[in-house]
Amino acid sequence: MKEIEELLAEQPFFKGMDPRWIAFFAGCAGNVRFDAGEYIFREGGEANRFLLIRHGRVALETHVPQRGPVTIYTIGKNDVVGWSWLFPPYRWTFDARALELVRAIGFDAACVRKKCEEDPALGYVLLMRLVPVISSRLQATRLQLLDVYGTARGPRAGASA
Amino acid sequence: MVPVPFVVRRVRRETHDTATLDLAPANGDGFTFRPGQFNMLYAFGIGEVPISISGDAQRPLPVAHTVRAVGAVSTAIRTVRPGAMVGVRGPFGTAWPVEAAERMDVVIVAGGIGLAPLRPVLYHLLAFRERYGRVALLYGARTPQDLLFRRELEQWRGRFDLHVGVTVDAPVSGWIGDVGVVTTLIPHAPFDPQDALALVCGPEVMMRFTVAELRKRGVPAERIVLSLERNMKCAIGLCGHCQFGPHFVCRQGPVFRYPEVEPLLTVKEV
Ligand SMILES: Cc1cc2nc3c(=O)[nH]c(=O)nc-3n(C[C@H](O)[C@H](O)[C@H](O)COP(=O)(O)OP(=O)(O)OC[C@H]3O[C@@H](n4cnc5c(N)ncnc54)[C@H](O)[C@@H]3O)c2cc1C
Ligand code: FES
Repeated sequence: MKEIEELLAEQPFFKGMDPRWIAFFAGCAGNVRFDAGEYIFREGGEANRFLLIRHGRVALETHVPQRGPVTIYTIGKNDVVGWSWLFPPYRWTFDARALELVRAIGFDAACVRKKCEEDPALGYVLLMRLVPVISSRLQATRLQLLDVYGTARGPRAGASA
Repeated sequence: MVPVPFVVRRVRRETHDTATLDLAPANGDGFTFRPGQFNMLYAFGIGEVPISISGDAQRPLPVAHTVRAVGAVSTAIRTVRPGAMVGVRGPFGTAWPVEAAERMDVVIVAGGIGLAPLRPVLYHLLAFRERYGRVALLYGARTPQDLLFRRELEQWRGRFDLHVGVTVDAPVSGWIGDVGVVTTLIPHAPFDPQDALALVCGPEVMMRFTVAELRKRGVPAERIVLSLERNMKCAIGLCGHCQFGPHFVCRQGPVFRYPEVEPLLTVKEV
């Protein structure tokens, strides 16, 4: 079985990162797996870890009265799950549910936060990797809200599609 | 150029507002087209609209068009019955550069009805599969009920030589596929950005975001090809209705390399 440091170095999220920093993260990381249908975390629950998916897909869901759980977004291989662990109140704002067998690297949030506080350079390195993920997810959400494919029920924005 | 009468042979319901019509020349003539080209379809007494050909260029008859009802003319065409007549002028416009893509990876990114003008490309790539590297189809729609060509999508998904990613903006219960805009499929799709040709069709805003994501992945600008489907009237470069900066979409388009239209892509309908 591969060492966790090796697994991290293979992840696009850690690509090109100084091995010294990777070793820091590896100290807080371990392999985790979830069966299809299993909740990885629940809205309002304590955000005590984050994941890097190695295999499988995860649905981010929220509960809508009268409609039940609604999937907002799905993510898969090499994606990061969750950033609510990074800042108070450390509570998840969505449910995350495995859509199929998920293998991931799980990071202990308290451990990562402690290391970042002790060494702000590490915190900076982490943020520089995490902010583009957050930013591209925000972009995608904006596009999703625009309802660009607009059918008869919605505005027709753009070309023939 | 006057419309030629074509008989509606078959109508297939694709979604609540979209249907695919199979048309054949009433006089028994032949018909040929290249993937990406469109016809002007005339609903007698109502009007004429440009509609891409969505069928297989290797077997062009009957001629398939996938029409979404958005206004008077497209609704009239979408609701025709087998046996009815439709006027056809065409084919018009530039084609997807399927020959230029040979020996390269091909990534097709389609949004909504934008899959219709790209389906002929898929037929071509699959007919000459050995000439191409990896082929990926990334398709986004509003909801699972808005997906076009569902049966074919499922068949294509089952192939080992084709990667098919499908995502919807708003799922319904029971949907276990991806949720999110089509651009989210780009980062992990299996193609070599340095050696791939990207063919994109969908609403303009979706194409803008798609180009940005493809560029981020490392696809050179000149390897990104778009179909711009601005409104048209004459389709033969006379009326200026389709003018898009220096281009007449009906003559120089609808298929353009991205650098040709980059400065214009943010310009609103003229
Ligand atoms: C080259 C080309 C290929 C096309 N291929 C297809 C196709 O394969 N299938 C298909 O369903 N449609 C396609 N279209 C779009 C189609 O031509 C229009 O939907 C149609 O012209 C609308 O006419 P209408 O009289 O039904 O609606 P209108 O009353 O003219 O318009 C209804 C609404 O749709 C908007 N609209 C009309 N045309 C367009 C357009 N081109 N882009 C964005 N918004 C538009 C109008 O602004 C209005 O809000 C294509 C357009 C072009 C230029
Ligand atoms: S539609 Fe008339 S010039 Fe293009």
